[in-house]
Amino acid sequence: MPNFNDIATCAKDKADKLGIKKFDIYGATIDENSVQVERGVPKQVKASNRSSVTVRVWNEHNTVGITSTTDVEPAGVEVALKTAYEASFFGVKEHVPDFSPEAIAPIKDIPDETAPQAPVSELIEKLISVEKELLAVHPAIASVPYNGLSQRDINRFYLNSDAALRTEARSYASIYLYSKTEEEGKKPRSGGAFKISRSLEQLDINGCLKKAADKTISHLNYEKVKSGKYQVVFSPEAFLSLLGAFSNVYNAQNILDKQSLSTPESLGKQIASPLLSVYDDALHPDNLAAETFDGEGTPTRRVALINDGVLTGFLHSAGTAKRMNAQPTGHANMGAKVTVDPHFYHVFSNQTAQQEYSLDTAENVILIDDLQALHAGVKALQGSFSLPFDGWVVNNGKLTSIESATVAGDFLELLQSIVFVEKEAELTPGGVCPRVWVDGLSITGD
Amino acid sequence: MHPSTLLLSKQLPTLQYTSTPDRFDESWEAPLSTLLGLGRAAGADFIEFFLERVNYISCLAEDDIITSITPRLSKGAGVRVFIGKADCYVSTNDVTFSGLKLALEKALSIMGLQLPGANAYIPAVNLELFRDYATIKNKDSWLPECSSIREMGEVLLDANTQLQQKASHAQSRRCVYFRDWQEVLVAGSDGTFARDIRLTQSVGYSLLCADGAHRSSISKRVGSTSNPNFLRAWESQSDAEEVAHSAGQMLYADYVDSGNYPIVMANQFGGVIFHEACGHLLETTQIEKETSPFSKKKGEKIAHESLTAWDEGLSPTAFGTIDMDDEGMPAQRTLLIEKGVLKNFIADRAGSWRTGHPRTGSGRRQSYAFPAASRMRNTYIAPGEYTNEDIFASIDRGIYCKKMGGGSVGATGQFNFSVDEAYSIENGKIAKPLKGATLIGEATEIMDKISMCSQDLGLAAGFCGSVSGSIYVTVGQPHIKVDSITVGGR
Repeated sequence: MPNFNDIATCAKDKADKLGIKKFDIYGATIDENSVQVERGVPKQVKASNRSSVTVRVWNEHNTVGITSTTDVEPAGVEVALKTAYEASFFGVKEHVPDFSPEAIAPIKDIPDETAPQAPVSELIEKLISVEKELLAVHPAIASVPYNGLSQRDINRFYLNSDAALRTEARSYASIYLYSKTEEEGKKPRSGGAFKISRSLEQLDINGCLKKAADKTISHLNYEKVKSGKYQVVFSPEAFLSLLGAFSNVYNAQNILDKQSLSTPESLGKQIASPLLSVYDDALHPDNLAAETFDGEGTPTRRVALINDGVLTGFLHSAGTAKRMNAQPTGHANMGAKVTVDPHFYHVFSNQTAQQEYSLDTAENVILIDDLQALHAGVKALQGSFSLPFDGWVVNNGKLTSIESATVAGDFLELLQSIVFVEKEAELTPGGVCPRVWVDGLSITGD
Repeated sequence: MHPSTLLLSKQLPTLQYTSTPDRFDESWEAPLSTLLGLGRAAGADFIEFFLERVNYISCLAEDDIITSITPRLSKGAGVRVFIGKADCYVSTNDVTFSGLKLALEKALSIMGLQLPGANAYIPAVNLELFRDYATIKNKDSWLPECSSIREMGEVLLDANTQLQQKASHAQSRRCVYFRDWQEVLVAGSDGTFARDIRLTQSVGYSLLCADGAHRSSISKRVGSTSNPNFLRAWESQSDAEEVAHSAGQMLYADYVDSGNYPIVMANQFGGVIFHEACGHLLETTQIEKETSPFSKKKGEKIAHESLTAWDEGLSPTAFGTIDMDDEGMPAQRTLLIEKGVLKNFIADRAGSWRTGHPRTGSGRRQSYAFPAASRMRNTYIAPGEYTNEDIFASIDRGIYCKKMGGGSVGATGQFNFSVDEAYSIENGKIAKPLKGATLIGEATEIMDKISMCSQDLGLAAGFCGSVSGSIYVTVGQPHIKVDSITVGGR
């Protein structure tokens, strides 16, 4: 397949031929292998080598069209440019996207971190061994129905007709294990874990195994929970998934589209407990998926979103920044309509809480490990949520699994009801975050 | 070169084929039968090629402006190699003979198979007479017959104007349309050789209303297959009225009190309850993992005797309708449950091999990047003998779930789904609007509680995400009564 320089040269030639003066291209190639096993034998192996590019074209009236294609051969790029040019005549006439003013700004020098891919046979061998170990941890663990070990190389690039060219290469390895129990007279229970690293060698496979086993076993003895209002402790993953679901609060494009719980005037307002600070930091040293530039070529950076409970910043594309008289923040995804997304959260507290809480001494609190069905139970534009979860009732350090329950509330009220942000943070694929304690959430159980 | 000619392995690099990635026709017989033969000669038990071209476009109107026209062109292929019940799937963008050969070699190598030596004969696989649904059903003209970009824009802007006229307190109005044209070609070492063109379209509204602290957001989408005139025929006015009415009802609604209630679920998208609580658990993907409580229940009663359910790919223009599945098998009408008794599972080829249940033409995938898996098509509860009045009259205090959101089911059979528009039922009558409800339960328990089915079967378009990606499906049911279910709320 063509490399970036080939695509850049080809795009320039084809654009010249078509009379297109201004264009930019964002693309990626992915080379990946993954394996799944079942009861000691390989079940499915997948491998893929594919590319895709998105071309954006400005016509003589300065309106924009866009097209994505997986055909990165010269003929495919030409068709994409032509299609984008045709679409450009139906592009918006107000707030027309432009090149990012930072598309050629200096970028943080993070070396490409790639690792050679291990043979697939090694992945299978490792996963079979892990499955066997997990099944041996406890007699109730009857199967590991969902499992996978994968390796992925990603190359991304951005280029434009003003000679911007950015490239980046990364390698990742990841594992997930999800085990299920069967015990006479009891309902099946389950638990899982996921780990990611830069290479198979660095991947914490044993950590994943232990976490999956511990979680599964912790759900073996379950009880119904009485419906009512509870103090709730969100695990780092649960809190980050909720933050992600309501990211319209600090998403500048959503705010401009009136698809947000915030308005431009919300900046500077106290929207959360002073105990909460939230940053988005693509370049956080713990972020394995660090991206140094966004879909418009803008360098990524650390952005303060909520500081001591005050809404202090928005996530911007080049277009939203221009409209709101701000700086781009490196969060754009190229599209006919540019969208904005967070990269990697850093949640912490600068303030000392009036009272510190501990699961070792707390009574009758709900510890939520994992929120489910966010696509269905989150009403992001209304600010409300009602979500099933996996978790425990905690009494003086003793965890009792909850059979089945939902947690419901209003996101902005939840932010104000935070009573404690623990000191010790945990690294998750979505960010770095400690456990977060919230008062007065509705739990529906029995 | 004709596929019946016996080849030597060393001749492969010299072969010249006329097949082109720009059209999937009979010219693909020779290269694909050669590659299938190569795979068999290497020792694979079964090999399948899936070739795909996509021409997709979406259009978004926000308030009174078209803010996004997004075309996407895609081309790719996948090769799946089986040894026994284990398989390897390799996908690529390179839809040429050499690209497919490379993908096949990679898959064979991963499965531990060696390519035959230079002087080994490569027996070509005899493929069936080309089964070309696209030509048989005159689908080649579909793409140019669809709405142009200009027409898309005009229809969507007009629709948003209608929504503005119908809605109160509208904060933002969105109307979104997409057209997904897909050409696929499937060839397998069992002789399968079939082509199809699918045309899937959808259009819908999203309305956000706000009045002070009160907010409501309601969406509605309709979808169709096989109809180039779909957008032209869309009844945007009646949908605008429905969405505006629902948003108005929910704007000042109280939050639902949590608890256990008898509920009535409306027809059409209410069918998501069966999709999540039972349909997924009848897919052989779940049966082979033993994550379904129904895996050993074929022939047994698993639901209330009032419940009969189908999964099929045949309803004309329904969102999950397909002439053949992504493994080349003609679509079927599959009886899942009859009067509460489990009759059949939903099976793809691999699922059939691994579980012993017969294939049902249900091997589906989002794109060439995924191997096919057992997936639902048009899935619905059949009409029953009651009227809606009978059902409501049977409830003193309960909840009417008029418009459902999405849902999911977990590995242990626990399901959940959200309710976008709900009302209390008091003394058999629909009373005040309620919001914030989520329904949760156990699949094995809920199926026995669907005790009354009305006669007003309605279908609705939906998207289903699972192991083989996101696919188009239909959910459906008449109005039904669930005797008791846990309602999560405030």
